[in-house]
Order: sequence, then C-alpha cells, then structure tokens
Amino acid sequence: MSAAGSESSVDHRDAGEVKVDGRGLPLWLLLELTYKCPLKCSWCNNPLDFDRYQDELTTAEWAGVLRQGRRLGSLQLGFSGGEPVLRRDLEELVGEANQLGYYTNLITSGMGLNPTRLAALQRAGLKQIQLSLQACDAELNNRLVGVDAYAQKIAAARAIKAQGFPMVLNIPVSRYNIDQTPELLALAEELGVEYVEFANLQYYNWALLNRSDLLPTREQIARAEAAVAEARARLGRRMTIYFVITDYYDTRPKACMKGWGNIHLTIGPDGAALPCQEARVIKGLEFPNVREHDLGWIWHESPVFKKFRGEEWMREPCRSCDERGHDYGGCRCQAFLLTGDAANTDPVCSRSPHHHIVEEAVMAAMVERPQQRLIMRQRGLNLA
Amino acid sequence: MSHAESLQRSDVIELNPMFLFRWEEAQNAYVLLYPEGLVKLNTSAGEILSAVAETAAVGDLLDRLTKTYNNEDIAEDVLAFLEASHERGWIRVKR
Repeated sequence: MSAAGSESSVDHRDAGEVKVDGRGLPLWLLLELTYKCPLKCSWCNNPLDFDRYQDELTTAEWAGVLRQGRRLGSLQLGFSGGEPVLRRDLEELVGEANQLGYYTNLITSGMGLNPTRLAALQRAGLKQIQLSLQACDAELNNRLVGVDAYAQKIAAARAIKAQGFPMVLNIPVSRYNIDQTPELLALAEELGVEYVEFANLQYYNWALLNRSDLLPTREQIARAEAAVAEARARLGRRMTIYFVITDYYDTRPKACMKGWGNIHLTIGPDGAALPCQEARVIKGLEFPNVREHDLGWIWHESPVFKKFRGEEWMREPCRSCDERGHDYGGCRCQAFLLTGDAANTDPVCSRSPHHHIVEEAVMAAMVERPQQRLIMRQRGLNLA
Repeated sequence: MSHAESLQRSDVIELNPMFLFRWEEAQNAYVLLYPEGLVKLNTSAGEILSAVAETAAVGDLLDRLTKTYNNEDIAEDVLAFLEASHERGWIRVKR
C-alpha cells in the first residue's frame, strides 16, 4: 500500500477504481452453448438458419475453451444460447469455469430452470442469473414468446431468489410491452431482483425481419423513461435499473462491443469464434473455429478479429471524426445489414451518408398500417 | 449520489458476497467482479479490500493498516475509502 503511505493518499472520489482498458484482452467471454430454445421470440438474435448448427461442441471441447480463455485473460463469462439450461452439462461447465476463476453469469429464459438444477448450479459456483421476461401478464408474455411460458418464468424468478442468487431481470423492449414499464418495475420490486435491464431491441436477424412491427414510437420511449426515472428516485440503491434506448432514435451509434476484437469474444454452439453474437450476419467473413485453432491465435492473429480492430479500417466520416475514439464507428453488423458494407459508418450516426435509411425505417414503423403478423422464430424459414 | 451512514469503528464489515474480489495476474491488479461488470482497483484500494477480507471490525482494520505502514495519517484516507466502498455496495456491515 505504498501509494497510501507518506506522499500520497487513496483517492476515494473514484473509490480506487482504475480504468479497465482490457489491455487488448478478451475480458468478456460469451459461450452460446446451443441455439436450441423452447421459445419462439420474434426478435431472437440467433441466426435465421439456427437449426443448421446441430453439431454443438462437446463438454470436453467447451472445457478446453474455458481453459484457453482464462489463459488469455478472460474474466467475465456468460453462458447463453439459445437456452443454455437445455445442455445437461451446464452444471459441469459452470463448475469448471468457477474453478478457473471466472465470474460466471447464466443468461436464461428460465424454461427448465427448476429448484433442483438451481441448487446444483449454486454448488457448482454459479455467481448470478439473468432471466428474461417479456411482459407482466401471462397473455401478452405468452403471445410474444409463442409458447405458454409466463408461469414457468415467474416460478423460476422466485426460485432464483429463494436460492439466493443475485439476479438481473432482462426485459426485451418492443412496442408491444414498453407501455408496461411501470408494472414491470413493480413486479421486479416484488420479486426482489437487484438489477432490471430494459433492453430495447437491436435490429438484427429475427428482430430485423420484424422491425416495423417491433420498433416503439418516440412517445412510448419518453413515457417509459419517465417511469424509469420515477422508480430510480423511489428505489435508490435497492434496485439498479438500466434503460438502453433503441439506437435508431439516437444520432450517434452505440460503442458496439467497445470496438471489434477489443474486449469481447463470443463462441457459437459450433465452435465458431465471433467478435460479437451477431457477427455471422456479415457475409464474406470466415470465422475461425475453436476446433481448428487455438483461442490465442484466434484472438490475436486471425484475419477476422483484426479486420475491424482499431481505426485503420475506418472510412469517412469516421476516419477524421473526433468521436471515433468513443463509439469506434458503431456497429459493423448494422453497417453491413443496412448499407451492404461492414466498413461503412454505422448509419445510426447522423454524419453517415446512409443515415436516411434509419430515418426511413423509423418513419415506416410509425405509419398506420394493418396489423402485421410477427414472424416468430421457426425452423426452415424460407425468405425467398 | 446520496451519502451512506458513516462507518463506526465498532462496525463489523465484510465484502459483499455478490462480488468476487481477487488478484488477477493478467491485469497485474486486484479486480472486483459482479453481475455484468468488473472493476480494476488501484494498488491502495486493492490492499485495503484484501485487509477487509481478513479483518472484521473497522477499528481493528484501521489499527492494523496504520501499524503495517507505520503511518497514523493514512487512517483517515482508509476510512474514506471504506465509506465510498460501502456506498457503492462493495462492502457491507454485518448486523
């Protein structure tokens, strides 16, 4: 504690926190154990052809990824999917990860998460659970996920708290459920969760197919934000509320993944290493697979991870923009999906020559139209 | 940010069990890991929280650190850091 000795003091204004720059390490490792899921959400971020990925990594292969990840410096670990609880080896993998020193997070729909498995997960060392909930009434919740799930989700939430896990309640926000923000906050309070995350949808994959039907209006967002502000004032430190607005309503892009290949690494069910969960939407990239390559090579040397790392790849207006260090040019996947070229500026940015595409999408979502039918997540979707 | 109640010398404190606190070789620093987040601590903060993990009462902890570093003057700074940590939920008072 030399710094607190004679010449210096502990700086308690920032409570001793120093910036985590990642030092070029994949601090966040996300394992998508499977794309299988009992739910049929129309905003699912899994690929449209998710059923093609049947050849999932084995327990031993995932354990190898975990060991290599720790050697690379990964600290935060997410078990996700699909529905990761469908993997019967989840407890074993959590145990392995815990022993290696990860902070283990489970990201789940709650389907199949019963008290027996929760107890086993706790014994294995699981640290926290993020549970998704779509509405605070069974009718809407079940309609949005396409199956009878509400009762199971609420039971899972109570079981998670009974087991003593810290819990994030994650609410994917669309125009269908955003008006329930006050009721959802009250439900979260009643359940005793520590964190609530209103995750406005990001429009890739299934959500992009359904965008004009899912995008909330600006007025809906303003009302929801007011409800969140009221709850924050009332609840103080008892509950932390995150409210992330849809980037379509922003004039600057999100700092997606804090930069490509900077701190985040996703491994898909088939072992593909992805700079973000959505990266497969970018056509023409060949993602390295952990079955063929060492994770260290994948992270530091593979062409895909170097492709949009840093600033070399940037074009105008990003290249000369004084904000490029904050937002890294936004999201490569969104740039590809909306402009056809992943190296373009994210069109959410008002400085992008393609910004009109986002404005037109917002306008299209706002016009009166006959009730569309949401395209639910399904196998063998034929878009032709 | 509202201020938490001041810590008393007799308060028995512990690390919030929701947080994982440990040395991380790759960062050459102590880190605090929590749901969906992590904090890297500077040297002083890391050593104070290490002491929290081993010592029960605030008064004992202050005595121990001032003795270890042979400097009475750090007590005030350490207490301020502990209060900031309490405010942020990193440590809690055992009842």
